[in-house]
Amino acid sequence: MKRVVETKEVAGQSPNYLLAKFQELVDWAVNASRANSLWPMPFGTACCAIEFMATAASRYDFARFGMERQAFSPRQADVLICAGRLPFKLAPVIRRIYDQMPQPKWVISMGACASTGGIFDNYAMVQGIDTIVPVDVYVPGCPPRPEGLLYGVLLLHKKIRGESLFDAERRRDEQPLDEQGLRLSPAEIDEVSEPFGNSVHQFRSA
Amino acid sequence: MSQRTVELELATPGLDPQGRPVRVPLPADGGEHLLLNMGPQHPATHGVLRLVVELDGETVVRCIPHVGYLHSGFEKLGEYRHYNQIVPLTDRTDYLSPMANNVGMALAAEKLMGIEITPRCTVLRVIACEMSRIISHMVWLGTTSIDLGAFTPFLWAFQERERIYNLQEMWTGARLTTSLTRVGGLMADIPDNFVEELREFTRTFPNTLNEIDRVLTRNAVWAGRTQGVGVMTAAEAINYSLSGPMLRASGVPYDLRKDKPYLGYETYDFDVPVGEHGDVYDRYLVRLEECHQSNRILQQALERLPDGPINVDDPRVILPPKSRAMSDMEAMIFHFKQVMEGVKAPVGEAYVGIENPKGELGNYFVSDGTAKPVRWRIRPPSFINLSALSKMAQGHLLSDLVAINASVDIVMGEVDR
Amino acid sequence: MTSQIGQIPGRLREAVARDGETIVYVARERLLEAMTWLQQTPGQDYDYLVDVTAVEFRDRERPIEVVYFLRSLTRKADLRVKVELQATDELVVDSVWSLWHGADWLEREVYDMFGITFRGHPDLRRILMWETYAEGFPLRKDFPLRGRFSRAEQVRQALNANPEAHYSLDELSIADAWGDLPEDMRERLKRGERGTVPE
Repeated sequence: MKRVVETKEVAGQSPNYLLAKFQELVDWAVNASRANSLWPMPFGTACCAIEFMATAASRYDFARFGMERQAFSPRQADVLICAGRLPFKLAPVIRRIYDQMPQPKWVISMGACASTGGIFDNYAMVQGIDTIVPVDVYVPGCPPRPEGLLYGVLLLHKKIRGESLFDAERRRDEQPLDEQGLRLSPAEIDEVSEPFGNSVHQFRSA
Repeated sequence: MSQRTVELELATPGLDPQGRPVRVPLPADGGEHLLLNMGPQHPATHGVLRLVVELDGETVVRCIPHVGYLHSGFEKLGEYRHYNQIVPLTDRTDYLSPMANNVGMALAAEKLMGIEITPRCTVLRVIACEMSRIISHMVWLGTTSIDLGAFTPFLWAFQERERIYNLQEMWTGARLTTSLTRVGGLMADIPDNFVEELREFTRTFPNTLNEIDRVLTRNAVWAGRTQGVGVMTAAEAINYSLSGPMLRASGVPYDLRKDKPYLGYETYDFDVPVGEHGDVYDRYLVRLEECHQSNRILQQALERLPDGPINVDDPRVILPPKSRAMSDMEAMIFHFKQVMEGVKAPVGEAYVGIENPKGELGNYFVSDGTAKPVRWRIRPPSFINLSALSKMAQGHLLSDLVAINASVDIVMGEVDR
Repeated sequence: MTSQIGQIPGRLREAVARDGETIVYVARERLLEAMTWLQQTPGQDYDYLVDVTAVEFRDRERPIEVVYFLRSLTRKADLRVKVELQATDELVVDSVWSLWHGADWLEREVYDMFGITFRGHPDLRRILMWETYAEGFPLRKDFPLRGRFSRAEQVRQALNANPEAHYSLDELSIADAWGDLPEDMRERLKRGERGTVPE
């Protein structure tokens, strides 16, 4: 079988040739079945949700890529696609939805607002959902074209195929919130939320 | 237990003079009611809307909508941006009909600054508004039929949307976030094949509408689920400040294009559908017919599209062409002033309401003489239409609540701004 | 029409906006009287409330204005009514909900964004921000664009706010009203018996 990505050294992989080949076979089968039938949980909030719907419609049709059934219940979903901007009022909601998804689960952050806060660098907007949930693929764009979202999904497929069941430090283990209720440290959150580029100059009212 | 409607005063007295919450008593029959939470993440709420529903069996006794889950601080952001920089923000409020939002905001800014746009720009903006009306109603039609169980019209409607998206992309470069208008004109003129493609669209679009009409209008399931559901009488609709198809389906013949015309709408030949019963079925019929009428307006606009410039000939407002800005000193100075300082508006205020697909979209600008507005208020039609949901849902079944919510045609970006 | 503006109770002065519409400034104490007159007097018939909003100017000397956009559908006429709240006044205005039910959410939004209380509103609580939002009133000019707290603090407060755990006053009443039920009814419900429904 053709490996899509190269093998990585993971703790717990056996040095025995036959066992390693067996692990490779199991990984290949499991990852292929996971990647080819990712059922998305569309957490669509704003404009990106419309492009998500357009990707689901006839012309771009992501059912071709295995996302046949959109799981509106997080308990039955594989990948959480956050399509649209996320205000602070919605932050505990996405965290709860993420917590309700069973393993294995992935997150695609669709659009500029979900990835970084987008054009909304103000009091109401979360500056990137990665301050709240761990993100696997970021799809930039405002909104990203359906082809862009499909590219992001394919990137996720590639990432899934590179995973291993026998990895002792499973990246996808639950990343719970700490006792303060945060996922990242306050310094990290402040750092990723810093304005950059032109938005540094946009805070003067007249 | 017999089927009967339980009438409850929705308004709560709030806090008593000691600051304690005043309790609303349970209904007299003593039956247990269920408090059900729908949303904010729910496939049938059309966005991030949270509905807390008090149910007596399947009957909705009270429905309390909670909004604000998409509040993005648009109006605050507008105070920190020049007028032309606000145009991209308007795409993202009502993202189902972005060009109409752009036009509404530009009209208000031009009213404030006292700018008259060119004839070609006027007709192009009418084309933009009617294209937006079609795509917005197509989303509405698609998602409402999905909510009520019919999946296929969704695909047909979205295919039509793709054709309009092609046209939008041809014109502005973007499918959804168009940022079409500038103060005093447009971002760009239409490309050469635009008229032909749009004409082709208007030729074939009624076929899709007729297909959808054949599937839904006399369908027993559709009629059974929508007739008599969510009724708002004309007097209630006026009192609740409803606008757009919600108001017209209740029998109030008010359309801003006819009653407070803008962009030369009084010169176009079109009808305004007005309903009778004010239920979900009437709203469906009104919106379907509005698509036909928009098609008619598009055909007339294409016939009368005049030649000429799209931007007003005022170098203080419109950026000079790049070639001139690089070579001519005066043009360079105008370019510099507009980009660095923005176009200054005179002191005063202006409100312009346009007939958005969802209702009356108003933009209210208050200026203190600087290039950034003191206050930018969007009068959101979906927000105000949604406030009547609790009134419409009382006494209906939970599945009717889904139909009623769909018929309000909300877009949460505009509800929450 | 212009001759009748003088008859509006509580009228202070007029102006004309740049879009040609007439603006009437009304005294705060007589707002409800003026609005009732405007809605109910035959010949005025302002039956449609278009919008309610507030404006705060950058110049601290200027008062905050609460703006009401009225429309008469029958006469096809518009009017803008403003109430000025000086810096020394407290931010309280009478609610026009009793006249136009459309003012319900509009006034709640003005309360949420500016902190202006509407006396007589049936359910005045925050609508766009969550109910325990602690940073202030966002559209005030002394409220910075990116908020008062640091981003980490905003994320922490948002994740702990959990708006779905806070029900509104009327929802609380459903859940908490157990204590208000008569004793025998509570006993009966505990036993699982349902009572007879009076027709």
